[in-house]
Amino acid sequence: MGGQIHPYTGAMEKDDGQWVRATKDYANTRYSSLDQINTGNVGNLKVAWTFNTGVPRGQEAAPIVVNNTMYVVAPWPNKLFALDLTKPGAPLKWSYDPNPSRAAKGEACCDWVNRGAVFADGKVIYNTLDGFTIALDANSGKLLWRTHLADISKGETITMAPMVVHDKVFVGDSGGEYGVRGWLTALSTKDGKVVWQAYSTGPDKEVLIGDRFKPYYASDKGTDLGVKTWPPDAWRIGGGTVWGFLSYDPSTNLIYYGTSNPGPWNPEVRPGDNKWTSGVFARDADTGQAVWFYQMSPHDLYDWDGINENILLDLPLNGATRKVLVRADRNGYIYVIDRTTGQVLSATLYVYSTTTTGVDLQTGDLKRDLSKAPKTGQEIRNICPTAPGAKDWQPSSFSPRTGLLYIPHENMCADEEAEEANYIQGTPYVGVTDRFYAGPGGNEGELMAWDPINGKKVWTVTDKYPMWSGTLATAGDVVFYGTMEGWFRAANARTGQTLWQFKTGSGIVGQPVTYRGPDGKQYVAILSGVGGWPGAIVAGDLDTRDGNAASGWGNALSDLKSVTTPGGTLYVFALP
Amino acid sequence: MSLRSPSVCLLLMLASVSVATATPLRFCADPDNLPFSNHAAQGFDNRIAMLVAHDLHRQPVFAWTRNGGRGFLRETFNKDKCDVLIGVPEHLRGVLTTTPYYRSSYMFVTRRRERLQIASFDDPNLNGRKIGLQALEDNLAPPSLALIRTGHAAQLVGFNSSGAHAPDIVRAVANGHLGTAVVWGPLAGYFTARDHLPLKLTPVSPLVDLSGVPFAFAISMAVHKHDLQLRDQLNLSLAKLKPTITRILAEYNVPTLTQEAR
Repeated sequence: MGGQIHPYTGAMEKDDGQWVRATKDYANTRYSSLDQINTGNVGNLKVAWTFNTGVPRGQEAAPIVVNNTMYVVAPWPNKLFALDLTKPGAPLKWSYDPNPSRAAKGEACCDWVNRGAVFADGKVIYNTLDGFTIALDANSGKLLWRTHLADISKGETITMAPMVVHDKVFVGDSGGEYGVRGWLTALSTKDGKVVWQAYSTGPDKEVLIGDRFKPYYASDKGTDLGVKTWPPDAWRIGGGTVWGFLSYDPSTNLIYYGTSNPGPWNPEVRPGDNKWTSGVFARDADTGQAVWFYQMSPHDLYDWDGINENILLDLPLNGATRKVLVRADRNGYIYVIDRTTGQVLSATLYVYSTTTTGVDLQTGDLKRDLSKAPKTGQEIRNICPTAPGAKDWQPSSFSPRTGLLYIPHENMCADEEAEEANYIQGTPYVGVTDRFYAGPGGNEGELMAWDPINGKKVWTVTDKYPMWSGTLATAGDVVFYGTMEGWFRAANARTGQTLWQFKTGSGIVGQPVTYRGPDGKQYVAILSGVGGWPGAIVAGDLDTRDGNAASGWGNALSDLKSVTTPGGTLYVFALP
Repeated sequence: MSLRSPSVCLLLMLASVSVATATPLRFCADPDNLPFSNHAAQGFDNRIAMLVAHDLHRQPVFAWTRNGGRGFLRETFNKDKCDVLIGVPEHLRGVLTTTPYYRSSYMFVTRRRERLQIASFDDPNLNGRKIGLQALEDNLAPPSLALIRTGHAAQLVGFNSSGAHAPDIVRAVANGHLGTAVVWGPLAGYFTARDHLPLKLTPVSPLVDLSGVPFAFAISMAVHKHDLQLRDQLNLSLAKLKPTITRILAEYNVPTLTQEAR
């Protein structure tokens, strides 16, 4: 143990004991000031009640708690359930069935997930896999509006949890790597009308790059880079989807979010930096105008999405308080970025890497070992980190009491192998096979406590499987997280020591939340149900004898099916 | 990443008086992938499948499965959703393939009036032209390898080539949006003929990339690994029906190469 812990100095949103959006607060801390459950008593935690979503698929949603009602979104077909917390056992108040298209599940890359709803202004707003944003009256469940945003015939889906700022709800697309062009759209919460849409590729006009755009690094300066950093027309299908969580800084009225990797997957056919993929945008929340952009992985070689969460902190650095965003990126670096300018203050490697040698803070460039660059038709061994990266979408938390980030992530490497003939019915081709395996240490997953000031790991908990659940930090100095085998755990926020654990019915790939119930008690909730990209091995019943199952996970997770089964159950815990 | 899970949509029982009592022979087929197959069984693979089934006194049944690609064998074929795959490359791993029933290659597609003879990837006529390629799963079709090596990476334009989008790539050459395209033979041949496009098709040369990746493929049917008996029956039937199959392929304007020229 070790590492000096500094307190967080910034102001946080007032905590009313509810959980109105997946990220808890605009800063994405996923920190609750509730301390009834603490290191001293968490060992007594018991199941208070459960609820079955009826869909045995990856349960990635954060339950939302507002006005003594809990709102739970299930995977496709994306039913939303409102549960009455004032009554014993939290009976169903109402449910909403959006009747989504059957075709959507065929287009969804990584299981049929949904990452949850958002509450604002008496409405519950959420997205469906087949591309709609839906607003319901939070009391009655009555449909208020429904807007079609993503076109499944083009491979677009929506899986992300929307975020609301003032009178706008922000929604981005997901989709296969090929043929989809990423965007973030702002809709009016009043009527669902599109207010603005900002693409991640293409001409400045469509990316909403104008006078306010002042990127920090030279490589992001220029006109229409979203066109010029691509082969002709390739930006039209270049990826850069927006399926992660958004952050918001009320003091500057800026929203922050990451863009996904570029398409197609083989990088040789898209020479150039492929702006504005695998990077972070800061935009004005009202107009959508870009203010800065930073690209973590220019010309991405490994499917390193930039969608991971940005946690907004005010950190004491070198004697001054800096307004920063901290992100544990897929490429293996934890970035501390000045959130007003886009300047990278530090970029520290947090996993084993064979693919990069550092980040140049003068130019912002990711320094690569090009001997590990994939080339179609050639085999490359020991690529670390892999396609899902050092960390995927699973969100971290931050405790201002410890000054630590709690980051769930992977420790994996891959071999890329050229494959014999494959086919899309009628059309043969030669593809590439990925085989993932555990990195050094033999564990595929890890939860680490990270000191963002000193750029150091303070403690770590390893797991056999990738850590695909989010984390929750509380004022009781407890960190909650789940494992792919189904353990839901409480760790001591200062040491990582397991203080309590409960085996749920299926693997956990969701987002734990906590709230104060109408009875004044603190509750902790988590959805259990294995799935998502790696968990599709179980949820989709894939054959793990094929190492390429779920795009490479088959090899790494060959025994996951023997330790967990599909599920879809919400567990809510409280002290007796 | 992308993992398209093909799902079996429904089984279409094809009316067939003569073999109404015969055992069904189930073919996995895409419901929207002309010229290969579609829901109305109008593709040449549908036609050939029905022909072979009848020859074996079996009732042809199509199990509609959306596209092939990564995960298809695992999620659909190996779960016994069908007995036979049609239109697979010979020697496809994980299954037992029949003798090929045709062989084709990727083709350069050019405008007839330009009178170009583009066949090789280092042809100077390729310089400065936008070059269309089919997008297969997350990547561009294999000829992208040779085109990148010859310095044409920045000219490549990817096209979705399934379902309603399938004719887009050849149409883009015809209407001048592309300077040329490299397209899998059956697709290029069928849409060029069907839409009466003034296009010329030339097999790419060489037919195998320096890296060993082939641009020509012999196309077979396939059965489950253990199903030797069915494979042998299909082989006999395919041999017997060869003239009819050749005629069907010609009807769809499928450019074929001789089996021997490997």
